[in-house]
Amino acid sequence: MKPAPFDYRRPGSIAEAVQILAGEPNAKVLAGGQSLVPLLSMRLAAPAMLVDINAIPGLDAIEVEDGGVRIGALARHAAVLASPDVRRVQPLVPMALAHVAHATIRNRGTTVGSLIHADAAAEMPVVLSLLGGSVDVDGPSGRRTIPASELYVGPLESSLHHDEIAVSAFFPALAPGAGVAFQELARRHGDYALVGAAALVEGESVEVGYLSVSDVPTVVDLSGVDDADLGEAALAQLEPADDIHATAAYRAQLVRVLTGKVVRSAREWADQHAEGAR
Amino acid sequence: MTTKLMGQGVQRVEDQRFLRGLGRYVDDVAVEQQVLHAAVLRSPHAHARILDIDVADVLDVEGVHAVYTYDDLTGPMAEPLPLLIPHPALTHGRTQYALAKDEVNYVGEAIAFVVAEDRYVAEDAVARIRVDYEFLPPVVGIAAARAAERLVHDDVPGNVGARLEQEVGDAKAAIARAPHTLSLDLTVERSACMPMEGRGTVARWDPDLHRLQVWTSTQSSTGVRAAVAVKMGLGLGQVDVVTPDVGGGFGVKINHPWPEELLVPMAARALGRTVKFTEDRREHFISSAHERGQVHHIEVGFDDDGRLLGLDVEFWHDHGAFTPYGLIVPIITSTQLLGPYKPQNYRVVFESLYTNTVMVTPYRGAGRPQGCYAMERTMDAIAAYLGKDRTEVRAVNFIQPDEFPYDQGLIFQDGRELEYDSGDYPASLEKIKALVGWDEFPAFQAEMAAQGRRVGIGLACYVEGTGVGPYEGAHVHIETSGKVKVATGLTTQGQGHATVFAQLVADELGCPFEDVEVVTGDTRRMPYAVGTFASRAAVMSGSAIHLAAKRAKEKVLKIAAEALEADEKDLQIVDGVVSVKGSPGTSIDLGTVSVLSNPLRYAFDEASKAATQFSVGDPGKPPVPEDEEPGLEGKDFYSPERATFASGMHAVIVETDPDTAEITILKYAVVHDCGKLINPMIVEGQIHGGVAQGVGGALYERMAYDESGQLLNASFMDFLMPYVTEVPDGIDVDHLETASPLNPLGIKGAGEAGVIPSAAVFAAAIEDAEGIPITAMPISPSELFTLRQEHSS
Amino acid sequence: MSEELHDVRLTVNGASHEIRVPARRLLSDALRHDLRLTGTHVGCEHGVCGACTVLVDGEPMRACLMFAVSAVDHEITTVEGLTHADGSLSPVQQAFAECHGLQCGFCTPGFLTTITAGLRDNPQPTHEEARDMIAGNLCRCTGYQNIVKAVERAAELGSEARTSTTGGAS
Ligand SMILES: Cc1cc2nc3c(=O)[nH]c(=O)nc-3n(C[C@H](O)[C@H](O)[C@H](O)COP(=O)(O)OP(=O)(O)OC[C@H]3O[C@@H](n4cnc5c(N)ncnc54)[C@H](O)[C@@H]3O)c2cc1C
Ligand code: FES
Ligand code: FES
Repeated sequence: MKPAPFDYRRPGSIAEAVQILAGEPNAKVLAGGQSLVPLLSMRLAAPAMLVDINAIPGLDAIEVEDGGVRIGALARHAAVLASPDVRRVQPLVPMALAHVAHATIRNRGTTVGSLIHADAAAEMPVVLSLLGGSVDVDGPSGRRTIPASELYVGPLESSLHHDEIAVSAFFPALAPGAGVAFQELARRHGDYALVGAAALVEGESVEVGYLSVSDVPTVVDLSGVDDADLGEAALAQLEPADDIHATAAYRAQLVRVLTGKVVRSAREWADQHAEGAR
Repeated sequence: MTTKLMGQGVQRVEDQRFLRGLGRYVDDVAVEQQVLHAAVLRSPHAHARILDIDVADVLDVEGVHAVYTYDDLTGPMAEPLPLLIPHPALTHGRTQYALAKDEVNYVGEAIAFVVAEDRYVAEDAVARIRVDYEFLPPVVGIAAARAAERLVHDDVPGNVGARLEQEVGDAKAAIARAPHTLSLDLTVERSACMPMEGRGTVARWDPDLHRLQVWTSTQSSTGVRAAVAVKMGLGLGQVDVVTPDVGGGFGVKINHPWPEELLVPMAARALGRTVKFTEDRREHFISSAHERGQVHHIEVGFDDDGRLLGLDVEFWHDHGAFTPYGLIVPIITSTQLLGPYKPQNYRVVFESLYTNTVMVTPYRGAGRPQGCYAMERTMDAIAAYLGKDRTEVRAVNFIQPDEFPYDQGLIFQDGRELEYDSGDYPASLEKIKALVGWDEFPAFQAEMAAQGRRVGIGLACYVEGTGVGPYEGAHVHIETSGKVKVATGLTTQGQGHATVFAQLVADELGCPFEDVEVVTGDTRRMPYAVGTFASRAAVMSGSAIHLAAKRAKEKVLKIAAEALEADEKDLQIVDGVVSVKGSPGTSIDLGTVSVLSNPLRYAFDEASKAATQFSVGDPGKPPVPEDEEPGLEGKDFYSPERATFASGMHAVIVETDPDTAEITILKYAVVHDCGKLINPMIVEGQIHGGVAQGVGGALYERMAYDESGQLLNASFMDFLMPYVTEVPDGIDVDHLETASPLNPLGIKGAGEAGVIPSAAVFAAAIEDAEGIPITAMPISPSELFTLRQEHSS
Repeated sequence: MSEELHDVRLTVNGASHEIRVPARRLLSDALRHDLRLTGTHVGCEHGVCGACTVLVDGEPMRACLMFAVSAVDHEITTVEGLTHADGSLSPVQQAFAECHGLQCGFCTPGFLTTITAGLRDNPQPTHEEARDMIAGNLCRCTGYQNIVKAVERAAELGSEARTSTTGGAS
């Protein structure tokens, strides 16, 4: 389990990185490496070149902006999880991050890397999708913003072009009076979830995002559904599948169980925070 | 008198180097030198004919030194690997070649061996080897093997490697006459030892001495040595095998020689370089042994009290593609299944079956977990049928303390009678009931049920034959410095042998514990040995060391008596000093005794001056008395008539989630009887580790093969070994110390026990919580959910 | 087709080392084979087991998931660097010895580094926090019971050491 050979570049600026990427169609960006390096070591991926963005200054910023929080491409999961700003502006982010891997992995892995890696079993893509966030990318033709709804195109596939670099992700703030919650079930603590659910409730609107029940992160609008029917209503729009850890029927059961729970706890969150903080 | 160390939780001496990062594991050997690294091309297919292997592309890779395929093997190397433990019932034993010849029989089988400047380059080269295959239909799983619509080996009809039947009394007739009968079908899936360190071998050929030096991460250095010598056409005396620190074994490192244990030395000699192979995790999954896969059918007849009248067990054992370790695992299941019970009439028959999967060799417990599961689930079923408490049914079937030695009338894995030496099962049962709160549980269960929560309790008993022969030996050498060097041939992979054996030596010799240094698994220091498996190290080497220390002590006393002009009987050894009881001034230290034991012609330091021929001994006698040898050494061997039988009982309380079917452990209790304890801290550690492995085996770990024979979960991401979060927070352990009459220390083995009852105990507890029969282990929440659905429809 | 080599300066346990390695050289291999610091172990090479955990600028990270070339700007601490300068054991190491927190010792370096950082950030963990501190490391031998005890014991030893030094000063 050793990676195949690759060329290595360690650009000092985004512009330089973009230029290098443009010159090598078979290059890959290396951020935290917590998903990429295992793939390289197992030789499931063998890019000709790695463009290590870790030396680019300024990319690790976490900044509160109008209407949300912006997380730089080199902000590690651990930093995002620990950030009081993030917790205040969008509490769903730390709620979900606490379920991403183990602390040691979070010390190196980046939140933006996780978004771009586009694993349907990962927590953060679902959170971004549910919140309607976006990712800013830089490429040869300049910067563009990809809304979450256009980011995920297939299993482990994002709509980033190969010569683009994600520079930051934007997570919209939680609206006053709204509530969020995150719940998941994994075989072992810290594993990718068998099923996970993130809920956003805002007045009458109820939306739930799911991980591990389809090829891409999936958000279901459950506004107006009776509490007792939430799970079934969600299932009508999802297609859980079998794998070695769980049958499709069991995943469906988890969707039923988690949906009600996560919506309830999002409402509770909203209630608790309606009185005190605001 | 110094206090005895036997029975004390002495801190481990080996920890000092491990904690500083100064352990020396096999991949650490020779890091100071430019060594070559090996990688193996492994079959990506479960069953195929090899039509052609093209290595032309490899030789272009810069840094590649050699590539070997079957065609490059000569002499004994080109023969199949040894069948280590033949058995008359193993009529169709098959072993693989060091490199596949013509056919591959499992995903992971070694096909080519590349040696290069480093492992990276070696893997690059492996990726460039082209093999043409003709696909053959694979046989995966016990059902497919039994159906035998396809064969693993053309010349093994029905995929049956062996069929073995043993019977005491007439089980079928007894069952036919019994007032009550039941039948059960129980399965256990494959799992694996999965030590944190994989396998690895380093070899260096010394052209000056014509000797081969091998370091290998093994549980049997003498076994590897013998195999390497034979395969390489070397005299045994030309091969030294040293076992470095070993990062866990649990059974998988007892099988030998692994192909790489031969290929590395072969390449080292051919290339004149030190060569290293370090198995990676993926390789470990697909090329190192698995175990546990068995299907059982049980018929039982019993009376109104639940007393067994007849037990008839038939089972099918999946041994994978080859049988290097013979029938050890199924034989252990078939004999140890009986546990602490007297079945009256017992018949057991098994078939050991070929499949196109990784071979099977013992994994901690070695067939006992399956046997325990079969027997204990039967006990539970009888209790449920009769509406009796599960402990009552067990109690009526126990062998009683006054019935030892108790002969079960079967032949055990060592070819000897299955005769239990000692035990006290009723006492253990009382202890475990108290420890887990058995009698209080129904009230708790009702209370929880009232809150909509489901809890269940399970209990399982086992007996474990430990300390099987043939023998182990030990050598104790008291140096002129007074330090005591001890060598025993079996190996260590975390059991703390350097500590427990030093405790025994210090006790026997009366020397300070700190002065004892123990070496294990080095054929240069003790060339006669068997290995570390079957919970035998403490019993076998412990006894041998005790005996060897006794011999050394005898010699100490003889020489000291002469030097002190005293009677041997009046001497005592305390803190490394021999003195006359009652007159402490008349004394001599062990170092000086050592000096005196070796009459010298030449002095080389102050101490040795005292031993030169002009200063020592009676000029009227030969300097070395007849029947004596120079040097203060003791060597002895321990070879017991038969195994000694440890026993124990586990109980667990679990909670199952009514919605998600998650299984949570609320309490885990262990009562354990491994005879006299040398170091209770270490024994408890072994139990903790066994329980955790048992939790893994019962609730998380399995080898997920698809029908084409691909292992779908060959990574730590998907093979779910427990983290701390999955094991019980606290394991309650209580000991019984029923001495074994078979060895001088009264000890029994402890290494495997923790894992034996886990499948049984969890199945029982989950069944109790759910009211659904649990017949297949391991069980995941998803599977429990499926069972609930099947049961409700 | 010879592979490009990179000159890499690694700072490990306070000492600076120059090595020439290809870009794909994993940090774990560089530490073990190039710097001969074999205390860092490799149990899976895919980030799950934690045996390779080292401190990078004080934070635990998987050495098997980093390249040596990417480690240039960082201070690395391995298990060898936990031992005090006089050769005595650190509180965490000492606690492992006292509590029998290791058997084969293969997983141990990763636990020691992880706990060292964990107790620095949280010197008085609750029992739950002590368990959580080691939740990302696999051990196949000990069943973790004594490792949890060792975390709690190390916290005790650490606070004893702190009181004795501050006690001496004030
Ligand atoms: C043991 C273990 C357990 C884990 N468990 C979980 C879990 O439970 N949940 C979970 O969500 N994740 C889990 N992960 C993955 C972890 O969260 C990763 O850190 C994350 O998925 C990827 O982030 P990274 O910075 O490490 O990205 P890398 O591994 O560096 O990159 C991942 C991919 O994204 C691309 N990429 C990364 N950053 C950029 C960028 N800025 N611009 C363009 N492309 C980019 C890379 O080219 C690569 O294809 C686990 C990892 C491990 C090793
Ligand atoms: S070797 Fe790095 S996590 Fe296992
Ligand atoms: S002590 Fe052996 S793996 Fe932990």
